[in-house]
Amino acid sequence: MIPAGFEYHRPADLASAIGLLQDHGDEARVVAGGHSLIPMMKLRMTDLGHLVDLQDIGELRGIAIGAGHVTIGAMTSQHDLIADDRLAAVLPIIREASLQIADPQVRYMGTIGGNVANGDPGNDMPGLMQCLNASYDLAGPDGTRQVAARGFYQAAYFTAREDDEILTRIVIPVPAAGTGHAYVKQKRKIGDYATAAAAVLVGTTSASVAMTNLSDTPVWSEAAGKALAAGDTEGCVAAILAAIDPQEDMRGPVEFKRHVAAVVLRRAIDSALARRT
Amino acid sequence: MNDQSNTPEDRSTRLKGMGCSRKRVEDVRFTQGKGNYVDDIRMDGMLFGDFVRSPYAHARVVSIDSAAAMKVPGVLAVITAKELEPLGLHWMPTLAGDKQMVLADGKVLFQGQEVAFVVATDRYAASDGVAAVEVEYDELPVVVDPFKALEPDAPVLREDLAGQTTGAHGPRRHHNHIFTWEVGDKEATEAVLAGADVVAEEMVYYHRTHPSPLETCGCVASMDKVNGKLTVWGTFQAPHAVRTVASLISGIAEHNIRIISPDIGGGFGNKVGVYPGYICAIVASIVTGKPVKWVESRMDNLMATAFARDYWMKGRIAATKAGKITGLWCHTTADHGGFDACADPSKFPAGFMNICTGSYDIPVAYLAVDGVYTNKAPGGVAYRCSFRVTEAAYFIERMIEVLAIRLGMDAAELRRINFIRKDQFPYQSALGWEYDSGDYHTAWDKALKAVGYDALRAEQAQRLADFKAGKTRRLIGIGLAHFTEIVGAGPVKNCDILGLGMFDSCEIRIHPTGSAIARLGTISQGQGHATTFAQIIASEIGIPADDITLEEGDTDTAPYGLGTYGSRSTPVAGAATAMAARKIRAKAQMIAAYLLEVHDDDVEFDVDRFAVKGAPERFKTMKEIAFAAYNQAIPGLEPGLEAVSYYDPPNMTYPFGAYICVMEIDVDTGEHEIRMFYALDDCGTRINPMIIEGQVHGGATEGYAIAMGQEIAYDEMGNHKTATLMDFFIPTSWETPHYTTDHTVTPSPHHPIGAKGVGESPNVGSVPAFSNAVHDAFRPFGLVHSHMPHDHWRVWKIARDLGLHG
Repeated sequence: MIPAGFEYHRPADLASAIGLLQDHGDEARVVAGGHSLIPMMKLRMTDLGHLVDLQDIGELRGIAIGAGHVTIGAMTSQHDLIADDRLAAVLPIIREASLQIADPQVRYMGTIGGNVANGDPGNDMPGLMQCLNASYDLAGPDGTRQVAARGFYQAAYFTAREDDEILTRIVIPVPAAGTGHAYVKQKRKIGDYATAAAAVLVGTTSASVAMTNLSDTPVWSEAAGKALAAGDTEGCVAAILAAIDPQEDMRGPVEFKRHVAAVVLRRAIDSALARRT
Repeated sequence: MNDQSNTPEDRSTRLKGMGCSRKRVEDVRFTQGKGNYVDDIRMDGMLFGDFVRSPYAHARVVSIDSAAAMKVPGVLAVITAKELEPLGLHWMPTLAGDKQMVLADGKVLFQGQEVAFVVATDRYAASDGVAAVEVEYDELPVVVDPFKALEPDAPVLREDLAGQTTGAHGPRRHHNHIFTWEVGDKEATEAVLAGADVVAEEMVYYHRTHPSPLETCGCVASMDKVNGKLTVWGTFQAPHAVRTVASLISGIAEHNIRIISPDIGGGFGNKVGVYPGYICAIVASIVTGKPVKWVESRMDNLMATAFARDYWMKGRIAATKAGKITGLWCHTTADHGGFDACADPSKFPAGFMNICTGSYDIPVAYLAVDGVYTNKAPGGVAYRCSFRVTEAAYFIERMIEVLAIRLGMDAAELRRINFIRKDQFPYQSALGWEYDSGDYHTAWDKALKAVGYDALRAEQAQRLADFKAGKTRRLIGIGLAHFTEIVGAGPVKNCDILGLGMFDSCEIRIHPTGSAIARLGTISQGQGHATTFAQIIASEIGIPADDITLEEGDTDTAPYGLGTYGSRSTPVAGAATAMAARKIRAKAQMIAAYLLEVHDDDVEFDVDRFAVKGAPERFKTMKEIAFAAYNQAIPGLEPGLEAVSYYDPPNMTYPFGAYICVMEIDVDTGEHEIRMFYALDDCGTRINPMIIEGQVHGGATEGYAIAMGQEIAYDEMGNHKTATLMDFFIPTSWETPHYTTDHTVTPSPHHPIGAKGVGESPNVGSVPAFSNAVHDAFRPFGLVHSHMPHDHWRVWKIARDLGLHG
């Protein structure tokens, strides 16, 4: 469990980090908390020449609560998300979901930026960000562009981010007051990825639903949200079942995952509706 | 004489002897990160070895090209079977009478098999060297199913055995067949089955799993070319046996080999066997003249070192209409993987599986076991159980439940009417054991009362009614288990490993000031020997446990013993400890009599002293006696106060217990919640109740993991699917149930202090309790049996197959 040799870089500012990516092309990767990338390197499934550690770039950290938006720096840890009471007041679903990610030790290191940028279908934050209609700031040599979470994921580990771009911030619109929310996740044990997980927001006129680890990307379904907004829970479930494409693994066969996806989604909907005011 | 005012109870309390929940002396270093494990050992010039492993489950090794690896900076050598062959070390004997490739000799038989050993100046260079070795394979057909392995046209796995129609345990009837082992009376059993009122039949599979100790296996081998002495520090559960085996296969004289087991981070059977890593590290040290370290990664450990279980147990159990069991029949197909590397006593190729009549008075029984080669890793060790006892216990405790369903009876009552009665002990079982002692009815009644069994059944019935009425989607399962273990291997007349009798030993030296050191042939892997064995000595000779140092694991200093596994340390080495202590006490009595100027028979032992009979104010404390032993010329007595005992137990011990699990099951997701787990253990005399409780918690948590999700799984191509802790289930504190522990005490009549051993009872007993709870929840809907592990999807599948998803 020892990675192949690599160069370690620890730039102090964003421009230097982008410069390193430009210099080394696809030989370089940025590392945030490292909980996905480091194991892949140790298994020698990822072989790269240059590791660019972002932890010294202070501007990538922090949570700003604005009037209509919340902005979260990519290097903000899951622990910081959970601990921030202001964030919990406006986006309680983030604390609810973060508490279901791994364990406290992992959450001290794991970051929201790494979680959303890696493109791992097992990660919880991408589905949640799609549910919340977040967008990501991608900083590159030519400046910063913004990409919607709902358009960011292309396939497992493939995203809209270019090799020389760094995901720097996540911008999340604050849901209307009274919106009900729930993040429900079934997993085999603490530290496991979801067998199935559902993120649900439901207001008086709109709703949004996204699922995790049931396809090679997170699954957000516009039809599911519309059905739920119209009070049609079963229509919502049907729309999600039409959109997911789970694969068999040690968590179980496809048929089981589809069944659990529906169960988990219904439970999330029930919980979100009960919290709607 | 200043402690004359103390009562015997006060003096006894100060000793911290048997029955005291003395805090574990080991934990001072373990909780401060000051333990000394194999990987903590660092030596000047120490090299590191790492394996190239096979990506295929069955393939010919066409060529191994080390040229690129040798160019990696720091890589010093790449060892293959070709280099080992001239030394006769490319194969090694297994503990089961088979042989195993040390490094791939022409072919590989399981994924993860050791192919080449790269030696380098540090771990990083070794790892880069491994990646640079180029191996060309030619894939062969794979067989992972033991039943398919026995089909006539199945691929030949062990070409080295071509033409060998007899193995270590009798005739082989197929090229992938290892042995057939038969016990009991086949004819009489089948006659009973044919004429029985009721016969229940089931295939009970105990799936493949793995002991997965926190510390993986490893060693540091150091050949001192100046004095010709080989020292090996390693994760050995049986250091003395390793020394003897190492001498026999290497040709190095046994006095020139020193094996040291330092602190060991859990063994659970995984560290009993001899692994290619040990051989390769030793060879590499001999070749380079430098110390060589080899330590497994977690993936190496899960893929290549010893697995456990993998028994397909076909059972038939006969009974009268009233539920009295009249006969038991079992045929087991045992999947041993590519080599038979089970760690069982030589005469027991399926271990003590013939304890499978369990706690019940079954007049006639028959057991046959067929061992089979497949393209999986070798092993078959006793994962926190005595040899194959957990398989036997799971089998009989499932068969009892299946029979209860056939009879329409309550499973608690069915057990009660079939238990061996207290007045039947010593009890001769139909499959050849003499159970030393037991009181099953008392334990069972206590357990049922403690959990409120009748109220639980009423609540369960109400929940079932609510479920049928659509008010809930959760069912309640009540899992019962009453197990009988057979531990403490064992009597030398029928128990040996590679010809080494399974006695054990203890040597005690009392120092002049009355403190002591004791050395044993066993080795703690976390069991707390330094704590408990000192307590035995404290009670036996009356010096405080805190004044006794305990050492194990260094073959240059410790007396010879067969090590620690199979719950044998307390039954065997614990007995040796008591016997050695009694030798010292006998000499102390003579010294005391001399000092008190009375006849030997006129003094008696009183907690921590010898006193003149009828005159308790005239006494000599053990401290005084010890001093005298070294400072007075006592006529007829040698100076000094020490003794050694090699104890050959007259019989096994038979701990037992009653475990009850109450589980809630979500029918729609397959998730579960353990609402209650009650564990009553009877391990005979209790040496340290706190350590017993800790053992029960740990073993039951392993049992929980095994029953509810832990498995070693392969796909059809022989790819290992559970090689990381993402997929191999080890519960965290979050998943671990809360346990309620309880006990009865039925001392072993033949053990010097009446102790029976407890380390493995909770693994043996909890697996059927958890599994039976799952089955019990679905019994009203017609479920008879479903294989473990009962992870979410498999429980969900039970519900789906029973039509519970609408």
